[in-house]
Amino acid sequence: MSTEGIVIIGAGHAGGSAAAFLRQYGYKGPLVLVGSEPLLPYQRPPLSKAWLKGEATAESLALRPAKFYATQNVETRLGITAEAIDRAAHTVRLSDGSTLGYSKLVLALGSRARPLPLAGRDLAGVMELRTAADADQLQAALKPGARLAVVGGGFIGLEVAASAIALGAAATVIEREARVLARVASPPLSAFVQEYHRARGVDVRLATGVEALEGANGRVTGVRLADGELVPCDVALLGVGALANDGLAQAAGLDCANGITVDLAARTSDPDIYAVGDCTNRPLPMYQRMFRLESVPNAIEQAKQAAADITGRAAPMPEIPWFWSDQFDLRLQMAGLPFGATQLVLRGEPGVAGFAVFHLGPDDTVLAVEALNAPADFMAGRVLVTKQKQVAPALLADLSSDMKILAA
Amino acid sequence: MPTITYIEFNGTEHRIEVENGLSVMEGAVNNNVPGIDADCGGSCACATCHVFVADGWMDKCGTPDAQEKSMLGFAATAQENSRLACQITVTDALDGLVVRMPEAQH
Repeated sequence: MSTEGIVIIGAGHAGGSAAAFLRQYGYKGPLVLVGSEPLLPYQRPPLSKAWLKGEATAESLALRPAKFYATQNVETRLGITAEAIDRAAHTVRLSDGSTLGYSKLVLALGSRARPLPLAGRDLAGVMELRTAADADQLQAALKPGARLAVVGGGFIGLEVAASAIALGAAATVIEREARVLARVASPPLSAFVQEYHRARGVDVRLATGVEALEGANGRVTGVRLADGELVPCDVALLGVGALANDGLAQAAGLDCANGITVDLAARTSDPDIYAVGDCTNRPLPMYQRMFRLESVPNAIEQAKQAAADITGRAAPMPEIPWFWSDQFDLRLQMAGLPFGATQLVLRGEPGVAGFAVFHLGPDDTVLAVEALNAPADFMAGRVLVTKQKQVAPALLADLSSDMKILAA
Repeated sequence: MPTITYIEFNGTEHRIEVENGLSVMEGAVNNNVPGIDADCGGSCACATCHVFVADGWMDKCGTPDAQEKSMLGFAATAQENSRLACQITVTDALDGLVVRMPEAQH
């Protein structure tokens, strides 16, 4: 068997981008992209928003058109998973019984919904949202008048709740913590977002545990809360975070710790195996730590790192992590991560007209920004975080200070 | 189909036929033109599809909305002729458009 060529396992945003960058960077050899879903690489962010609301098409969801893979000479093997890696032989065994040889292997295995060990988990109408197939199932259930219960007040849960309202369904969001977005945003931002959802008809339950999913005739009929109350529903979405798909790598003996351990060139502990995207645990140089990022920008950044290393290019400049979310007419944009932050600085009154929250360290270094309907503050904040600039909190909070000057 | 010329920072030119209705960003991404990242997929959230529009073409590219203007105001190396390529929709009027890419999108 030939072991010349690059095999990419995983055809999501990370895997699809890795294939594109390898060709952009001049790799001309065999390139195989293996994906577990029956679809060519597509964008996941719209699944909870435009796609769910029926505002996107298969063409607009696709990362690139089908002809791209032909013109770029990328062989796609879809609906197939990888079962085992033989590192010594440089081969991957696939679920269709075939085996692929590789000179370099790129793992883009993604993440999966964190399982909730709840009774009733297998009832019809209990869903997760990771794939287009999941989204289609959810969309079919979110008819006008349908009742949605979301377990987990994170990005996906809130985005789906907002979409459900737009579709004429009713939505309840059940969050274990005392505020929504507790893992990813500051208290002022959470407070504004949860009240905004409530004002638009979402029933937001905070500091609320879930006991079980209840059903009749095999279909979900409600979510039993820890205090005994039943939230009736026709569809329940479980959205309590994600886990890295690192099982294939673990079984192959690659270093893993909450994801596949990689360096800033996306290299794993095997010099011929790279890993990119949600499945990795990667260095964050600015914050001097390892971290697992679940985001499109991270998938693209690591795809570039891997493609650059494989083709002998200089490593790309490290980027600052960033995230975005759209809910109703709110656009949330965040850059940086608040590790070591000791100060919260609010710029603008929380409101739909726009405001931002800056996270500063003890020496006034800007570590992260959360901007809501405030794209200029987001962009300025991203520059401040990238430059690790120190800014006096009073200046940041003062709306009359020119962000262009502060960020210069 | 309108032809758009994308010029990389290093001077490499890509002449691409782009279907009407697609964005200038999609024309680049669909043809693997280097230099336009488009992290957010065209929702004007990231400013990683920043381009410089050649002389004489700015008016034909339409007017940036408030969101785009805000994003561009802080994009590295932004100039008077800066646009986000995801916000320019291709029409016959853009046949012959030339855009140049900045050195980096981040």
